[in-house]
Amino acid sequence: MTATDLQRPTGATPPEASRPTPSVQPRLPLGERLLRTPVVLPLVTFLLLLVLWESCTRLFSVPSYILPSPSRIVLGFESVSAGRWAEHIWATLRVALLGYLVSFAVSLPIAVGLAKSRLLSGALYPLLVVIQSVPVVAVAPIIIVVLGTGDAPRVVITFMISFFPLVVSMTTGLAATPPELIELSRSLRAPSFREITQIRLPYATPYIFSGMKISITLSVIGAVVSEFVAADKGIGYFIQFSTSMFKLPQAWAGLVILVAMSLLLFQIVSQTQRILFPWSLPKGQK
Amino acid sequence: MALAPNAIAFSGVGQTFLTGTGAVTALDGVSVTIAQHEFIAVLGPSGCGKSTLLRLTAGLMKPSTGSVSVFGLPVTQPRDDVGIVFQKPTLLPWANVEDNVVFPAKHKQGRVTREDRDQTQAIIETVGLAGFESRLPSELSGGMQQRVGIARALFLNPDILLMDEPFSALDALTRETMGFELLRLWQASPKTVLFITHSISEAALLADRVLVLSERPGRVIADLPVPTARPRDESSLGTAEMQDYAAHLRSLLIRKDAA
Repeated sequence: MTATDLQRPTGATPPEASRPTPSVQPRLPLGERLLRTPVVLPLVTFLLLLVLWESCTRLFSVPSYILPSPSRIVLGFESVSAGRWAEHIWATLRVALLGYLVSFAVSLPIAVGLAKSRLLSGALYPLLVVIQSVPVVAVAPIIIVVLGTGDAPRVVITFMISFFPLVVSMTTGLAATPPELIELSRSLRAPSFREITQIRLPYATPYIFSGMKISITLSVIGAVVSEFVAADKGIGYFIQFSTSMFKLPQAWAGLVILVAMSLLLFQIVSQTQRILFPWSLPKGQK
Repeated sequence: MALAPNAIAFSGVGQTFLTGTGAVTALDGVSVTIAQHEFIAVLGPSGCGKSTLLRLTAGLMKPSTGSVSVFGLPVTQPRDDVGIVFQKPTLLPWANVEDNVVFPAKHKQGRVTREDRDQTQAIIETVGLAGFESRLPSELSGGMQQRVGIARALFLNPDILLMDEPFSALDALTRETMGFELLRLWQASPKTVLFITHSISEAALLADRVLVLSERPGRVIADLPVPTARPRDESSLGTAEMQDYAAHLRSLLIRKDAA
């Protein structure tokens, strides 16, 4: 190892003096520091908005079927038993996750095909764009008639809404591999599948996760849309049922649950990437 | 040396690429023979087909005209006995130093044996990366990343080492250090080296012979043995004969640029 080389590695232990310890750093006043904590600022904003919402609805006596106050929404939660909530949540979650899995399983081979073969890409890509352009909400009733009751039509609808970002991100990722590594693979005369599994797929990981993050929230939307069309369970069904009975605080409670479900699923995908593939995160997010 | 077979022989090699705007001739009538364990530097302006020469030798493309042979046999497909070092290290960002170095074995055979691991350790020590085995590429300096790139190219113990401007992305100091490192490696374990570069001093310092290519279509306009004996060091470039030699190379390159 040479002197010039040793100066730059970021991982090498630097001399003690050059690494500032936290206790040496000047400290900001408590208020300033709290404001700079990433969670605090949006949380405070959110709470202030809730207070504003609550006071406005009370002050102007807004009827709850127009806009229920946060406290009324909380009552909406309580008007349904925990068991019933769990049933609805599970129905929606199951369809969303199944649809998401189907999207992933279908997208991967399609993306490999699109990235590897120009012919296939020319033949299939326009077709995929056409499928993506079909307003799924409009097709949903047809799908329900064709596939009947049960989870199958709902999973198909969810799949149709959530698969496209996955195909696009996977294809882009698989094509983003540096050409030198493909040459290296060719020069080693390695089998083609190993070029996919050992080079292209790992290289596509950051792209695949971008697509997965978009798709997971779309999956929840897909599940809800399918429940609007035909279902006797699920949060989407519950919201529609509640509005038809004019129980708006209850419908709002369902909406809150949907948002929470989306956020939670998104976080699960994000954290999976952070824990399993930390190298794939953009610089500064590790 | 005289009895050894030619490691690489180009005879009448021409390379034409079809592009959207017509045919582009990258190489034209290149005939050069390279002896075993000879260190050849290739100098030339950008786009003159230097890298094409390298890819032809590796069997990654076929010449439009003429033929390329390695150890007397025509190159028809990628060869195992050729190691490539690219301009950018192009390491696997998810794999640590050790896994990057052993990658050719893993990629070729699908698994890594006990012997491969021992071999990895030996090569890592040779290129001066001992102690950095478990670092990720993003945690290394540019020079160290390229050391990993060289180690990876050496892993299958190739007879021929192809280097495509390997140090051009490094800062001047690191570049010089890496040049001497390469000389040290080459002297310890001789290989036939085809070294593409833009740097006249780098070519003069490292090579036995320097090939100067013309602008597109690339032809060999000079094939000049480096006058200074080995081993060479920092002072080698300062001698009068080396300065004359470098000046001559420069004049060959500049005359073409003006034309």
